[in-house]
Amino acid sequence: MPDPSRYPGYDVLRKRHTPSWNDKTRQVIDARLAVPREPRFFDAHELATITAVADRLVPQPRNRPPIPVAALIDDKLHKGQEDGFRHEGMPREREAWQRGLAALDAEAQAQHGAPFLHLSGPQQDALLKQMEQGALNGPAWGGMPSQTFFKQRMAKDIVFAYYAHPTAWSEIGFGGPASPRGYVRLGYDQRDPWEAAESKDGDTESALRKNRHVG
Amino acid sequence: MSDDPRQTPRAKDGRAPDVFRPGAWVPMREYSEDDAVDFVIVGTGAGGGTLACKLAEHGFSVVAMDAGPYFRPLDDFASDEAEQSKLYWTDDRISAGENPVQLGSNNSGKAVGGSTVHFAMVSLRFRPEWFKSRTLLGYGFDWPLDWREMWHYYREVEDALKIAGPITYPWGPPRPRYPYRAHPLNAAAMALAQGCEAMGIAWTETPIATLSAPRGLAHPCVYRGFCVTGCSTNAKQSALVTWIPRAIAAGAEIRDLAMVGRVETGPDGLATGVHYHREGRWHFQKARNVVVAGYAIETPRLLLNSANARYPQGLANSSGLVGKYLMVQANQAVWGKMDAEIRSYKAPPSLAITEHWNYDDNKDFFGGYCYMSQGPLPQLWANTQLNAHGLWGEPLITEMQDYNHQVGLKIVGEMLPQERNGVTLAEDKDQYGLPIPRVSYSWCDNDKALIAHSLDFMEKALRAVDAKNIWRQEDDTCHLNGGARMGDDPRGSVVDADCRSWDIRNLWICDGSVFPTVGGVNPSLTIQAIACRTGDRIKQMAVRGEL
Repeated sequence: MPDPSRYPGYDVLRKRHTPSWNDKTRQVIDARLAVPREPRFFDAHELATITAVADRLVPQPRNRPPIPVAALIDDKLHKGQEDGFRHEGMPREREAWQRGLAALDAEAQAQHGAPFLHLSGPQQDALLKQMEQGALNGPAWGGMPSQTFFKQRMAKDIVFAYYAHPTAWSEIGFGGPASPRGYVRLGYDQRDPWEAAESKDGDTESALRKNRHVG
Repeated sequence: MSDDPRQTPRAKDGRAPDVFRPGAWVPMREYSEDDAVDFVIVGTGAGGGTLACKLAEHGFSVVAMDAGPYFRPLDDFASDEAEQSKLYWTDDRISAGENPVQLGSNNSGKAVGGSTVHFAMVSLRFRPEWFKSRTLLGYGFDWPLDWREMWHYYREVEDALKIAGPITYPWGPPRPRYPYRAHPLNAAAMALAQGCEAMGIAWTETPIATLSAPRGLAHPCVYRGFCVTGCSTNAKQSALVTWIPRAIAAGAEIRDLAMVGRVETGPDGLATGVHYHREGRWHFQKARNVVVAGYAIETPRLLLNSANARYPQGLANSSGLVGKYLMVQANQAVWGKMDAEIRSYKAPPSLAITEHWNYDDNKDFFGGYCYMSQGPLPQLWANTQLNAHGLWGEPLITEMQDYNHQVGLKIVGEMLPQERNGVTLAEDKDQYGLPIPRVSYSWCDNDKALIAHSLDFMEKALRAVDAKNIWRQEDDTCHLNGGARMGDDPRGSVVDADCRSWDIRNLWICDGSVFPTVGGVNPSLTIQAIACRTGDRIKQMAVRGEL
């Protein structure tokens, strides 16, 4: 099947054994790729709900294996990693997530008679839009502002999880880890041979050929 | 035993990590808790790390504590945004006000070396007039420092960090050539330069604290681009690899994973030492002088948390100003897309700068701003698209496809000191049982006018280089200063020009919290220059028997 992406055939993981990755980088990326898929903080329903939300916020790439967004967030909360601040009126991260997911389900029930997970894509998008605008304020929120939960917690954590994954880096042509090799060619339209090549003017073949030699 | 520096202290048993060699150690002098050291310093960043070095080199006995871990960058730093969030101060804090400040990764470090371990390395001098902005420019407060003396200390810091910068700097009074040559421009910096030229204003290579030539065991910058998540090759001249190794060589002791919870005072009202938490229990270190250098949130928090019967408002707070007049800086941006590939993930993020609007007073607001080229990494960039641009779903994924074509200009802008902005104690407690800080911030009309001016100007500058799909990021801020300001009058300031508190003469504050105004440039060079000056002043006072 032809690769229609902007960076056809580019895989940042091909640099894993090159001087662009130091030992510590290999260790942390290996651990991320092997993140446990069984939740350790959330329950199964919460995890499935996060996956459903993530599918709306950061739709998965079509020709690459899916990014385990929900598992990465579960891992972060399991380890208790926090941002280091919360807006007034916001609980700490674990409580915010659990309360927010329950509130999202309560709003879905109120509007559609089913949990968020079982709604159609457009219904889910409409609910998320209302949350983004702060228009959801049922009792299940317990006073937590739904807009702050969306922007500062749920959507932020989902976007951070997605773009922490090498698959997302490959998708956008990011060079990825670069220690100690770094880069040499810094100017306009300059690309080191160990960087992604972009498909231009429909010439997929040229980019594909260059991306095969990234390493 | 665990070698996780976040779990187990490394600076112990007569040795500290050698930051220049994998797995290696350097000898370190140790002091007894029961013998009063000349100085105990709380915090080892731009203020505390620098002062520890100066005082140790002047022959004082020094113990410097940091709540964070003692990293060896060559071993411990990955080339990865998510992993490197371990550099940030992520203890619980509440952010309030009309414009709540983003803390954590945005401005707060928790490591030996403090926030300099993840700072963007931009090393700028204040405009001379800012030290007397009330008298000369009509706003804010005057500093008790003279710019000509600061010019001398700026030079000392620039040389200590081997700042890479231009041969001639376009603004302000003459300054010597920077010690190391300027770095080459990346495409993002070229776009800034072309925009400035099109708009008829000057630009220059950013003076920056990353090596452009070898230095001892540290190599030149490899243009890896992960600067704000910690430099894994030691090109970045953070306090961790500059002042602190010098401090240890001169006989200072560093205590990592040591969280100071309270400064103690004695019957005479003077400070007697600090209570600190390390390895699961509270300790007390005796000292003849205490220096608080925890940056603009932890410094006021510690002074307020140290309240006792004699000082019920907190230490050094007879003026009532501890925790007040906190200042962040405006950090708005304009973003666009170029037809050419920019790939701004390569090289330090801010390689070109203009200070034009710091030195042009023909404006309808007080204060000034500089702006710099940008190089956000994917997580930060995607969150900017989400939070500031409102994109999610397919529009976000599509926009992210253009990551390598993005170009951006971002200000560091002066916000005015306001009494209502500051740090108080919340009811919630942290993992040590200490009340957490509540940080409140609201912009004033002048702040908003400065931001509007900068966004208009930067948008024109991006249009001038044919950027497309231009949009404005209107809500960001950076840096933390103020909260324990210096001045000439004990009723209107917390410390004097020597960073010595008016109320408790052996209690000192040496970090960004002493700033009366914040200026329109990144603060780290000024914090370090003040620390160098304070170190020299303490030496002079000791000689004269004035300590």
